[in-house]
Amino acid sequence: MNARRAILLTYLLALSLPIYWLVNMSFKTNTEITAGVSLWPHAPTLANYVRIFTDPSWYSGYINSLTYVVINTALSLACALPAAYAFSRYRFLGDKHLFFWLLSNRMAPPAVFALPFFNLYSAVGLFDTPWAIALAHCLFNVPLAVWILEGFMSAVPREIDETAQIDGYSFPRFFGRIFLPLIANGIGVAAFFCFMFSWVELLLARTLTTVNAKPIAAIMTRTISAAGMDWGLLAAAGVLTLLPGALVIWFVRNHIAKGFALGRV
Amino acid sequence: MSLVLQDVGLGVPGATVLDAVSLTLERGTLNVLLGPTLSGKTSLMRVMAGLDRPDRGCILLDGDDVTGVPVRRRSVAMVYQQFVNYPTLSVYENIASPLRIAGLPRAERDARVAEAARLLRLEPLLRRLPGQLSGGQQQRTAIARALVKRASLVLLDEPLANLDYKLREELREELPPLFARTGAILVYATTEPMEALLLGGRTSTLWEGRVTQSGPTAEVYRRPNTLEAARVFSDPPLNELDADVLPGLAPGAARLGFRAEHLSLGPPPPGRLGFEGRVSVTEITGSESFVHVDIGAETWVALLPGVVDLPPGQAVQVHVHPSQVMAFDGAGQFVPAAEQPMAEAVA
Repeated sequence: MNARRAILLTYLLALSLPIYWLVNMSFKTNTEITAGVSLWPHAPTLANYVRIFTDPSWYSGYINSLTYVVINTALSLACALPAAYAFSRYRFLGDKHLFFWLLSNRMAPPAVFALPFFNLYSAVGLFDTPWAIALAHCLFNVPLAVWILEGFMSAVPREIDETAQIDGYSFPRFFGRIFLPLIANGIGVAAFFCFMFSWVELLLARTLTTVNAKPIAAIMTRTISAAGMDWGLLAAAGVLTLLPGALVIWFVRNHIAKGFALGRV
Repeated sequence: MSLVLQDVGLGVPGATVLDAVSLTLERGTLNVLLGPTLSGKTSLMRVMAGLDRPDRGCILLDGDDVTGVPVRRRSVAMVYQQFVNYPTLSVYENIASPLRIAGLPRAERDARVAEAARLLRLEPLLRRLPGQLSGGQQQRTAIARALVKRASLVLLDEPLANLDYKLREELREELPPLFARTGAILVYATTEPMEALLLGGRTSTLWEGRVTQSGPTAEVYRRPNTLEAARVFSDPPLNELDADVLPGLAPGAARLGFRAEHLSLGPPPPGRLGFEGRVSVTEITGSESFVHVDIGAETWVALLPGVVDLPPGQAVQVHVHPSQVMAFDGAGQFVPAAEQPMAEAVA
């Protein structure tokens, strides 16, 4: 029992060490960071965080990132819900091939699409807007959401759809009132994955923006100046980047736990 | 009020599901669809409900062609073999669901749900979710939902098949009167001949997508007009033999058959047909015993009262009265027996 606990504890420590180090660094001054190893901030400072929250070039990065991530998650789910229902409930010509083809979109590296997207969005005037990134990320997230949701929908017996028809439900009413609550876990899981993939994706987000919609990850790569690297600031920005993901996990953790047990993840 | 099916056909690639089904179901009647698994009972009900559109033929409700009318515009209620309820809605909301959609005023809705809940003994459970109920309670919820709608066509697809024995007996007695009061056309699908007999009403036997016979249940049981109808309506299976074993019993017959309860054990008394065979298996329920006897290439079952414990392999004599033997011709059609059947035969 004790050996088991010790192994688990070691594992958790190993996992949390980098995160702790990041948090640790974010409360230090650059002088302390570069001076040598210190396990905790000897002269704790909030200056790094204050800088991020007061300097528009920093906090606008977070706003930009959150904007396109939320737009993308909403768009992906809105497209994926009807598509997944069709794949789950209807048989049509080439349905299985189409379903697999959707997933194969995820296999292509984003770099392949960076140039076409850049050219297309420049042409239609979407370049350097949150919509550019949100739409580009749909390429990966819609197939993923369809794939996840289809598994959850197929677990709902078809007889429930039919009983609703017999009871007199119109399709939209059935879908909203009966069907969506039944796959709430699946929607939670799909939303989580869309959010996370969109949040951590850097290449498309950086390519498709210049100034106005620049995501936080792109801003973080430009902290090197003539005065050297601003380590403390970078660490604080890193901590703030972890937070949205942690929050999303906290809110959908029950759905995800059930979702992993039930569906196709 | 009547539901008429005219020459209804339905197929899936490579197979015929329903083959030229014609049926007339009258208002206020109980109609049993009796057939083995995959005989087309569920498909027929789905076509009746409007969930599937037939490839051929038409469906008339009160003389109106409703073949292509979407199911939600029809006055239909259905209960499935699996317990189908809305898992996220309470029992009350489940039962009230068709009424809510129909836009009934709250007072009327409450009254109807309360009545259905009382009849099906669901009153203490109205606030629970279906997942918190036992199987029997879940199925009673589904039945209550079908009941409150007061639909003119109520389809029950093996509603008791997944319930335990005691509950089945109870519900089987309660169900028909519940729906009879609403004056609906009640259709009840089952695989079990005994259930059809207990329910009474009218029975249609199904075999490979065809309705082989239709009529009052007791009559169909007593006088099946095809070999298939006789097979479907026999449990234990029909005891069969080739007609040339007993020439003269029914001229023109190819196959003879009689039911397990008509086969007796022992030396044949005068006037009965005797056979010799060996016991293969004996199943004992306590009140009855099923003795399986090998007669030549055929295996027969004798349904005997009480405990009859015979070891496998024991030589036995069995006998049946000629009047209980039904004869069918090469096409499986019923053939009337000869006026004076052969008195005795030993195979």
